[in-house]
Amino acid sequence: MNKIPNRQVICETLLSLAKEDRDIMVLASDSRGSAAMAPFAAAYPEQFVEVGIAEQNIVGISAGLAHSGKKPFVTSPACFLSMRSIEQIKVDVAYSGTNVKLIGISGGVSYGALGMSHHSVQDIAVARAIPGLMVLLPADRHETKKMTEALVQHNGGAYVRIGRTAVEDVYSSDDYPFEIGKAVTLREGSDITLIGAGETVRIILDAAELLQQAGVKARVLNMHTIKPLDEEAIIAAARETGGIITVEEHSVFGGLGAAVAEVVVQNQPVPMKVLGIPDEPAIAGKTAEVFEHYGLTPGNINKIALELINK
Amino acid sequence: MEIQDLKIKAAQIRQDLLTIIHRAKTGHTGGSLSNTDILTALYYEIMNIDVANPKWEERDRFVASKGHSVESLWCILADRGFFPKEELKTYSQFGTRLIGHPNNKVPGIEMNTGALGHGLPISVGMALAAKRDGRSYRVFCLMGDGEQAEGSNWEAAMAGAHYKLDNLVGIIDRNGLQISGTTEEVMGLEPLEEKWAAFGWNVISIDGNSMEELVQTFRNVPEIEGKPTLVLANTIKGKGVSFAEGVPGWHHHVPNDEELERGLTELQQKIDELSGEGQVK
Ligand SMILES: Cc1ncc(C[n+]2csc(CCOP(=O)(O)OP(=O)(O)O)c2C)c(N)n1
Repeated sequence: MNKIPNRQVICETLLSLAKEDRDIMVLASDSRGSAAMAPFAAAYPEQFVEVGIAEQNIVGISAGLAHSGKKPFVTSPACFLSMRSIEQIKVDVAYSGTNVKLIGISGGVSYGALGMSHHSVQDIAVARAIPGLMVLLPADRHETKKMTEALVQHNGGAYVRIGRTAVEDVYSSDDYPFEIGKAVTLREGSDITLIGAGETVRIILDAAELLQQAGVKARVLNMHTIKPLDEEAIIAAARETGGIITVEEHSVFGGLGAAVAEVVVQNQPVPMKVLGIPDEPAIAGKTAEVFEHYGLTPGNINKIALELINK
Repeated sequence: MEIQDLKIKAAQIRQDLLTIIHRAKTGHTGGSLSNTDILTALYYEIMNIDVANPKWEERDRFVASKGHSVESLWCILADRGFFPKEELKTYSQFGTRLIGHPNNKVPGIEMNTGALGHGLPISVGMALAAKRDGRSYRVFCLMGDGEQAEGSNWEAAMAGAHYKLDNLVGIIDRNGLQISGTTEEVMGLEPLEEKWAAFGWNVISIDGNSMEELVQTFRNVPEIEGKPTLVLANTIKGKGVSFAEGVPGWHHHVPNDEELERGLTELQQKIDELSGEGQVK
């Protein structure tokens, strides 16, 4: 079982790149511990900025740093970074075209028992609506490493959402082609397509395994970039498999499922199911309990897939 | 209540909060321990509230802006009878209403908080409504010191003075620590008293773990007509549990079995000591 959370992978990757690239900077809002960035702060104090508990300020300062040629990585809890600072993200980052990477940590329902103020299940919807802002969710530690390297190379604004605890591996190594905006087909299949992003990718892979046992060949797409979205992969999946299920750790409004549906209905209408967090008061509990409550489990996905196919 | 009894009550609340955090294996221990004396003074002596009628219009309002330190509040609300003490066992469990932050589904909680920097603006609104409606209730808002880095506090500070809200009492739990270290390392606040004074507030700096000073201070508010009050309550994070006092890691460290035992014992000694003193008098 993998014990390395994605936030730690981001820190390690930036640590190794920062040695060569003195413009890489990490910013924290009393969050260096939760973002696992303490080692970076210790190793490169000149490339680290602490702003205190001030999420609007952290984005504004980062935009100013980027304007002066720096490559800032903002590491702050996804719930606050994506909502509290959204105007700074819209105007100072996206509109002004500054090179700021926003890393939302402990996203989704990572902070399950802390309630709605700490759940981050609107962030994808909000970030996605901002012109020019890339939106990414890495599926495991290998992808997190490749994504971080790609983000250092990319000049422009991006919002990345990761969870809190270590997730089971999706890839066996980081030896695979990763391209921002290009979905990865993890399993070929012609009966139905399962699409996930971030930490739901492992879940749909497990669901596909269950379906296999029932004789159903499910295609599995890892949509690590929600914006720009890989429309080609979605249209092909709709055409070739006839049905799509999306699974996300996000409100069913405006997230992965909505993004995929927008492409499907306008290009290749097929039956779809959007699984995520419904529009109801947040329920508190451990991440796994919340997932179970909303049916974001391989067993339930398997059941829904069979229903969709037999329609 | 007598000062002595308030002190005993605070120690008991500290025992309760350690117990629920230990059981749930999650919680913000340090900040809850540091503000227990403040909340005890407010809920058992100062605030005009009616447990049987939590929505009574003339009640004093309390807003926990540092919502993460909710455990002391849950224990006090239960002890005061806003909900059964038994329910404390559900703290942080799946589906509970006693989550890790104030939740106004629970009687006695005015507003949902948890994202820092929201409490004071809300409190300004409540205090302003009292003025406009000619009501005499007061609004108490407890903030963290690390929380002061959120600009929204200063926007509210301006508004509070602008609208002459002498029915508004801001309290800063000045324990000097946040998550990543001391406040002065993370984002320096000093001179904090002068900043609030410059924003037009009447600032009173006290020992925030002294029941005498807390009760005395809150009783006398407002001191100055037309000015909101800021009580700078100098506290110790982790107060009351020797090995947690002043240790940043205890912000969200959860006591293990042995630490719980030691903490409860220390607090019991304190209670016994205080009860003994009480008898002598
Ligand atoms: C807007 C926002 N940003 C970040 C956090 C995460 N957070 C919770 S507690 C805390 C530290 C609070 O420090 P302080 O205000 O000094 O409180 P205390 O030391 O009394 O616990 C942080 C950063 C939050 N709850 N809300």
